[in-house]
Amino acid sequence: MNDQGRPTRPNENDDTVGTPVRPTFTGNRALQLEEPLIFEIGRPEACGVDIEPVANAKPRLGNHARSTPIDLPGLSEPEAVRHYVRLSQKNYAIDMGLYPLGSCTMKHNPRINETMARLPGFADIHPLQPQSTVQGALRLIEELAGWLTTITGMASIAMSPKAGAHGELCGMMAIKAALAARGEARSFVLVPESAHGTNPATAALLGYNVLEVPARDDGTVDPASVQGLIDAHPGEVAAIMLTNPNTCGLFEPDVVKIADAIHAAGGYFYCDGANLNAIMGKARPGDLGVDAMHINLHKTFSTPHGGGGPGAGPVVLSQALAPFAPLPFVTKADGRYRLVESKDDDSSADAFGRLTAFHGQMGMFVRALAWMLSHGADGMRQVSEDAVLNANYIRAGLSDLMSLPFPDHPSMHEVLFDDTFLRDTDVTTLDFAKAMIDEGYHPMTMYFPLVVHGALLIEPTESESRASLDLFIATLRDLVFAAKDGAAERFTQAPRFAPRKRLDETGAARKPILKWTPPPPFEAAAE
Amino acid sequence: MRYLPHTDQDRADMLATIGVGAIDDLFSGVPADKLLGDKLDLPDHQSEMAVARHLSALAGDNRAAGAGPFFVGAGAYRHHVPASVDHIIQRSEFLTSYTPYQPEITQGTLQSLFEFQTQVANLTAMDVANASMYDGSTGTAEAVLMAHRLTKCKKAVISGGLHPQYRGVVETLSGMSGGVVAALPPDPAGTEAIIDAIDDETSCVVVQSPTVYGQLIDLEPIAEKAHAHGALLVAVFTEVISLGMLEPPGAKGADIVVGEGQSIGNPLTFGGPYVGLFATRQKYLRQMPGRVCGETVDAAGDRGFVLTLSTREQHIRRDKATSNICTNSGLCCLAFTIHMTLLGEAGLRKLAEANHARACQLADALGAVPGVEVINETFFNEFTLRLPKPAKDAVRALAERDVLAGVPASRLEPGHADLDNLLIVAATETVTDADIAAYADALMEVV
Amino acid sequence: MAIVYSEEHEWIDVEGGVATIGISTYAAEQLGDVVFVELPDAGKTLAKGDEVAVVESVKAASEVYAPVSGEIVAVNDALADAPGTVNESAEKDGWFMKIKLSDTSELEGFMDADAYKAFADSQ
Repeated sequence: MNDQGRPTRPNENDDTVGTPVRPTFTGNRALQLEEPLIFEIGRPEACGVDIEPVANAKPRLGNHARSTPIDLPGLSEPEAVRHYVRLSQKNYAIDMGLYPLGSCTMKHNPRINETMARLPGFADIHPLQPQSTVQGALRLIEELAGWLTTITGMASIAMSPKAGAHGELCGMMAIKAALAARGEARSFVLVPESAHGTNPATAALLGYNVLEVPARDDGTVDPASVQGLIDAHPGEVAAIMLTNPNTCGLFEPDVVKIADAIHAAGGYFYCDGANLNAIMGKARPGDLGVDAMHINLHKTFSTPHGGGGPGAGPVVLSQALAPFAPLPFVTKADGRYRLVESKDDDSSADAFGRLTAFHGQMGMFVRALAWMLSHGADGMRQVSEDAVLNANYIRAGLSDLMSLPFPDHPSMHEVLFDDTFLRDTDVTTLDFAKAMIDEGYHPMTMYFPLVVHGALLIEPTESESRASLDLFIATLRDLVFAAKDGAAERFTQAPRFAPRKRLDETGAARKPILKWTPPPPFEAAAE
Repeated sequence: MRYLPHTDQDRADMLATIGVGAIDDLFSGVPADKLLGDKLDLPDHQSEMAVARHLSALAGDNRAAGAGPFFVGAGAYRHHVPASVDHIIQRSEFLTSYTPYQPEITQGTLQSLFEFQTQVANLTAMDVANASMYDGSTGTAEAVLMAHRLTKCKKAVISGGLHPQYRGVVETLSGMSGGVVAALPPDPAGTEAIIDAIDDETSCVVVQSPTVYGQLIDLEPIAEKAHAHGALLVAVFTEVISLGMLEPPGAKGADIVVGEGQSIGNPLTFGGPYVGLFATRQKYLRQMPGRVCGETVDAAGDRGFVLTLSTREQHIRRDKATSNICTNSGLCCLAFTIHMTLLGEAGLRKLAEANHARACQLADALGAVPGVEVINETFFNEFTLRLPKPAKDAVRALAERDVLAGVPASRLEPGHADLDNLLIVAATETVTDADIAAYADALMEVV
Repeated sequence: MAIVYSEEHEWIDVEGGVATIGISTYAAEQLGDVVFVELPDAGKTLAKGDEVAVVESVKAASEVYAPVSGEIVAVNDALADAPGTVNESAEKDGWFMKIKLSDTSELEGFMDADAYKAFADSQ
């Protein structure tokens, strides 16, 4: 059932429904510019690139030459630049303001990282050119691997996963391979109910049955529940997938006990590393009994999110899992770096296979290493301290007005509220979030984690100044007062000032329109 | 610490506001014996200048493709990307935005995704496309899993012309999730009888065209045989520009078309990040993995775009999701869309023609070297040479002469002695007459 | 026979040994705007408790389990184009499937309308 309770269609009582407000001829509102699709403004013959013609006396396409048009519009360079610049101006971004999405770690993206990633020696090298011609690239991968294993206190690392979820898959595959090497095929994976959806999806993809571990009243995992599930399925639990700090923003106090319990039962501890930003230089997953953990370079190490990727998700591994890391990997001998790409020598005998063509997200590696070099050991520790400080500062500024479901522990780098404070108002978590848009903020993560009702999860990161946090706190306080004062339209009609009002997600899902198709000819449309 | 706004005074004041004495009071959730006392054994922070010095030195220890004659392909291709593409994708509003979960303030990303999906669907002649996968290889593995779900069969028949590293990814993912892979032996000549390998247990046939060796494959009879057995045809490409000149897989009966989009808009970057293209038939939409963007209207009746059909995805379905994917290749597909818009239909065709022409010229020049044979009857911008000696040795010797000559087939398929002398060679619009002459001259010396 | 309800929020209307099955008005309200219903193929035989359908709103998906055993003799194809019917008329036009009962004793223990209302109110 839809326990998220959030409306997915514009409010039907909204009297603006179906009556577009057109205060200007163009539909534009000063700097807010309406922009058609390229299919409405482009022409198949228009082109923004001059291509040098090359003579071809003897084509070799056989009978495979295309005989049908593609239907691709083109634009000249000035038209294309204007089109995409106008589109860009409809986006919110971390460069514009606080982006408090919990568990997403939206921090500043330094531009030196972009400059470095575009050096021809990184951007213009091919994954399959001779290894003697890419020694600098292989060394960069090794250096980054060293930083990541040192930060996490882990034995080894697999660098090729392309995103967090891909890293999760990699870690769980290593666990499956390690069990297979012992001649075991266990069938259950434990996942706390507060976990990211990727965790059960990953376990299920690998054929495991997911057993849900309930949360304690204080938002953390009870080692007794874990032990209970292990005892109920003796010899059958392959792993636990635990996020730490967890998605409620709390450090799991019994993480070591949980690790011990799973190890005693012959299973492995997979840690979801989405929240590494809270503990760099403060605690090491390797000291907590973790066997595998993915690291989101696009979160903690600030490689930009880019509107939904690309990410990078290297996985650190314990000694027990290290031999099962996937191909390829980098080794060093006699001062030369070598890429092991196939099971052609002893060092790769137990590798579980290949996760992707080529060697991983090099462009993200360069950016992440630039970020780490810039911060250093002292700076990364300061990053985690400031991230935690900022989250607790927001908590201190709002906890008298908003409801904290788990007040017993300090928050780590993100603070979780539930919707109890909205109970006697006509405002939902969604309405509250949409009103933040009108105030110039991106909303926090809503309705996740699922363990509390109407969750609002705020992660400010270390990038916010005190002044920025003060204004954010003041804004949220004003919104809470407005909600309690019954100013419901400020919420239910929100956003009122964004490029679009609330969008009809129900209509989008019932009749999916996933590509542009030409409108019917005028005569037909007029009938 | 140029990225951290707080002064020590700010920190002290904020701790006082929170009501704790020291920062470690906020880390009280960490077991005391696990809280690190010492700093990590890593260097301290560095200036922007020092960082640039260090990384530039590493970059300098690589031979950039553009620094000399360059003919390496096999799944990643060097093309000219117009300067405006990189300029636009570095705009803050695109670069530093998150996945568009709040559609009212992310219409820029969403509309560009809608444009991307339409471009991909039209290029492949399929009904629908998703908003991208990590890359072509992971997309191929996802296509196989999708076929397993749709057909309730578990066996994927893999062509010997599929990029061996793509096959490796399929074997890993399918194998780990209970599938069976029936892979045909390497097929440099493009003459395998894959039709004979299809039976009633088959969920899908995975065929790449052009193959990793460059051969163009007639997909139509394979699709017919697959459909006769209730199986799907997964058509794969690694060079998307080929679709500017070649019949699209959608016109040949493919059920899922998947490929690498790097060639449009994205640099080589040593293998990633790239952008996987994924398209299918309308009737299979609900089993398609990955994000999709759809058109809708807002409360004022104005057109807008949203992420849709998310009940297929991990954050709703959890252990019943079609895939565990959450991020896609957002910024890479934006680069793809901008570059494709700059090209348009006419430009893409001209670009494809320039690629094909350069490859034909190269094949003629290299095929004229005594002892060297072009094994392909057909190709687009990549073909395979049979050398009179191991390709590995030739590539090494040619690199010493500053010619990056291609990919030895044995690097992708180790352990097949019959492939040792085969060299996979690519030519794009970036190749010049002088490059071709330099390659032919050097090859003459080496073989 | 009057309509009866299961604890899984399905309604069952038996006539001539064939049970028409759908989800209750209460369940449809809880789910929100239904955007898609995945239905099985007619002709399939199922056992009580088998997963037979998935009903999706924008932000949630719920499995529907067979409340009785038997053979599916009809499914409501109209829901493919008009999934909103489940919201508008959950217990009439929004039916999912018709099952030819293989064991009528399974009908014991379902709730009547009043009992179901009390059950739903307690949820």
